[in-house]
Amino acid sequence: MNYRATNRRQFLSVGAATAGTVLFGGATAFGAAARAGNIAPTPTMRGGANNYRPGAPIVERIGGGGFWMSGTVRRAGDGAALAGRRIQMWAHTTEGHERDERSHGATLTDSDGSFRLEMPQIVPAFGQAHAHLAYDAEHDDSSFETVFLRPIMSSSGDASLHVEFVLQQV
Amino acid sequence: MNPEKFSAKHVLWSRLLKSVLLWVALLAVITLPAVIAASSPLLAWRDPVYSASGFAGVLAMTLLLVQPLLVGGYLPGVRKLRGRITHRWMGAALLGAVVIHVGGLWITSPPDVVDALLLRSPTPFSLWGVIAMWTTVAAALLAVFRRRLRITMRTWRCVHALLVMSTVAASTAHALLIEGTMGTVSKVLLCALAISATCWAVIDLRSLSGITRWWRR
Repeated sequence: MNYRATNRRQFLSVGAATAGTVLFGGATAFGAAARAGNIAPTPTMRGGANNYRPGAPIVERIGGGGFWMSGTVRRAGDGAALAGRRIQMWAHTTEGHERDERSHGATLTDSDGSFRLEMPQIVPAFGQAHAHLAYDAEHDDSSFETVFLRPIMSSSGDASLHVEFVLQQV
Repeated sequence: MNPEKFSAKHVLWSRLLKSVLLWVALLAVITLPAVIAASSPLLAWRDPVYSASGFAGVLAMTLLLVQPLLVGGYLPGVRKLRGRITHRWMGAALLGAVVIHVGGLWITSPPDVVDALLLRSPTPFSLWGVIAMWTTVAAALLAVFRRRLRITMRTWRCVHALLVMSTVAASTAHALLIEGTMGTVSKVLLCALAISATCWAVIDLRSLSGITRWWRR
């Protein structure tokens, strides 16, 4: 009985100490990051540029729509919203394969750095339901580095996907 | 009534019933995944080449179950020698299915297949697929050049069994991680049966006796 009580007290004190350390450490790290403006750039994902067709037109909607691709584009470091940046997206959808021209389209970010484009429903292809997005410096004003993303949908039944870009200034 | 006569007849009938049931079960297990894959909604959004390469993958997985059953002579009515000969033909068919699977995927999306073959694909199941492909090729090459290799039958069997076991394990990982045309239940069932049949044959035929011998030395 005595043994168990001691054990629990030890356990609780160790737990509290750990939690305190983690919270304090976390807060310090967060504070430091915010002060220094250390928002890291999004790295290009492996396979992100596969089946990319550079320079797809800026469109109101890709094909018949039904699936919403949304996201934000921010600047690395201070995290400032980037307006008017061109984001291209493509995927294997109910209307075509990734390589098909009709599966590609682009949009520009709003003043708050967000973008939103309707496209056909993404369906599983090559083993998983996934999308491709690109910020291509060559089709923008080249002030940020090119990034290719290949996000995976948490469920193939999802009718939307949110993607975040943090771009590195050249 | 002669009880001995009755018993002999009974045994004969029960044997026949057993073989019929076994064949029915096997045919069901073989055709079910293909039928389910053929009715997948995903096919509506795939061109014929991509669909065919998917089916070749399903067929290859099915052959992984059939191969140990043939070589072990476990199929009723298929004697060991006939089983062995068919095992070779089915081995060639398996290799063909793998070639169609990978080739069809290459035509569908070259960069994805190049990434997979160069082991830099973002998807872990691609790596398992590539491992299974190479172990299949190695097992087949070993079969083709068996006589020219000048190794003992015991060693040959041991290496062939190890390659085949790797193929079945890697193919199972590859199949289970993929969201494709196969149904989940039929996929898990097929993989479990392929693993069981392979292990059974390896134990029953003492295919790994080379290792135990070497270990004891």
